[in-house]
Amino acid sequence: MENLKILVVDDEPGIRTGISRSLKNFSVGFPFMDDDFQYDIIEAGSGEEALILIDQHHPDIILLDNKLPGIEGLDVLEQIKNKEIDTMVMMITSYASLDLAVKATSNGAYNFIPKPFTPQELRGAIEYITKQLFLKRMTKKMNKAGKEVRFMFLSVLSHELKSPINTVEGYLKMMKDRELGENLVDYDTMINRSLERIKGMRNLIMDLLDLTKIESGKKLREFKQLDLNEIISIAIDSMEPYAIQRNVKVKFKPSHDVTFYADADEMEIIFNNLISNAIKYNKENGEVYVYLEKTKTDIIIRVEDTGIGMAQEDVGKLFHDFVRIKNIKTQNITGSGLGLSIVKKLVDAYDGKIVVTSEPDKGSKFIITIPLDI
Amino acid sequence: MEKTIKKKILIIDDDIDYLFQMKTHVEKFGFDVTTMNSQKEGEEYIKKAKPDLVIVDLMMENMDSGFVLCYKIKKKYPDVPVIIATAVTSEIGLEFGINTAEDRQWIKADSYLEKGIRPDQLHREINKLLKI
Repeated sequence: MENLKILVVDDEPGIRTGISRSLKNFSVGFPFMDDDFQYDIIEAGSGEEALILIDQHHPDIILLDNKLPGIEGLDVLEQIKNKEIDTMVMMITSYASLDLAVKATSNGAYNFIPKPFTPQELRGAIEYITKQLFLKRMTKKMNKAGKEVRFMFLSVLSHELKSPINTVEGYLKMMKDRELGENLVDYDTMINRSLERIKGMRNLIMDLLDLTKIESGKKLREFKQLDLNEIISIAIDSMEPYAIQRNVKVKFKPSHDVTFYADADEMEIIFNNLISNAIKYNKENGEVYVYLEKTKTDIIIRVEDTGIGMAQEDVGKLFHDFVRIKNIKTQNITGSGLGLSIVKKLVDAYDGKIVVTSEPDKGSKFIITIPLDI
Repeated sequence: MEKTIKKKILIIDDDIDYLFQMKTHVEKFGFDVTTMNSQKEGEEYIKKAKPDLVIVDLMMENMDSGFVLCYKIKKKYPDVPVIIATAVTSEIGLEFGINTAEDRQWIKADSYLEKGIRPDQLHREINKLLKI
């Protein structure tokens, strides 16, 4: 890791050397980091010199004495503030000058250290300011990343909504121009495709609402003792028409009482998504098996299918927003690509885990484990 | 009597309805149309065949599928015009113009069209690029 640069601004060479010596072999680390921070020391004997060195070297930390030959420390501080650079200033103040300390910190100094200070006191202050600097930079990075993620989400969302709108419009224009002749029957495929795409848009919008509610934390969660067997049975019943249409059988045998303290809507969303995927990505005459188990420590939900499965590399992207596995086998399957992303967020909210195993043309297994004590 | 060989147009997009509509229109313009449903399929196709013009969607299995495909096509067949079509436009601040020299340097597409343009506009653009 690159060393952090500390600029020491003091008119007394003895003080500068002393500080340099104290920090030369000093290192600061976080328990989660492999490398520690170390320091390179730059020295300046006056405010004017300091300002030149700041432009040249971009120090991360500045130790600034107020008593300087030319412009005084507080003025240097003011100029540093105007530069708007990513640096943290620690003011060196004289003993019993609380007034100065207050002035300094209200003018942008992060901290102050009163003279005289021991090497240990100096190192302690540097350690503290280093950790603050690190956290500040990490937060900035994460906020930037957050904005980038949101931007990507919106771009993909815009694409996902515009595509069906464009195609439905395209089909309608072809019908208006009688591109396939005068018989309405010849337009059946187009009409059915348009209805399919519109259904897709509606599902996307519903999923988006679920996702927004979950992410904003504004969804009112109503926890109560739930009979999970019953919730699964209701989910399976509601999918029966779809399962019949796709010629897939869904099998579930409630084995023992499984009650769980949770929000009913959230549990329904998890089961609905997993079971509907298992039906969707299945084969003709295929089957879906749903298992529910309660151990001393967890609830275990397994949804297995005899479907088209997927490659190991696809399993990795499964829970990202808008990801739908696209290949020749999934060509005619519609979906928003948000279902599993929503499931993952909900499972995370319960401190649970999802494990997926799959084999192309054999099928997939989704195993969710949720601890009983949240 | 001389038989005019129809020019071959390759259209790559992950939306099957869009592919159907484009194939219908472009065939009516008098071209031979082949469609591919993904970036991967598009890459496989150009390994074996050379189209006269390619229309490629920007976002498919990857956010930059269109750019990648464009680059690969131009590398293999530098004289084949490539049109990048997209549903994503300036509404969300994403505008990929190829109007500046800087953009042209890395995008390498010949034209950039917004999906949903009228068929006659598309026809004109194709003819322009094929120098018909």
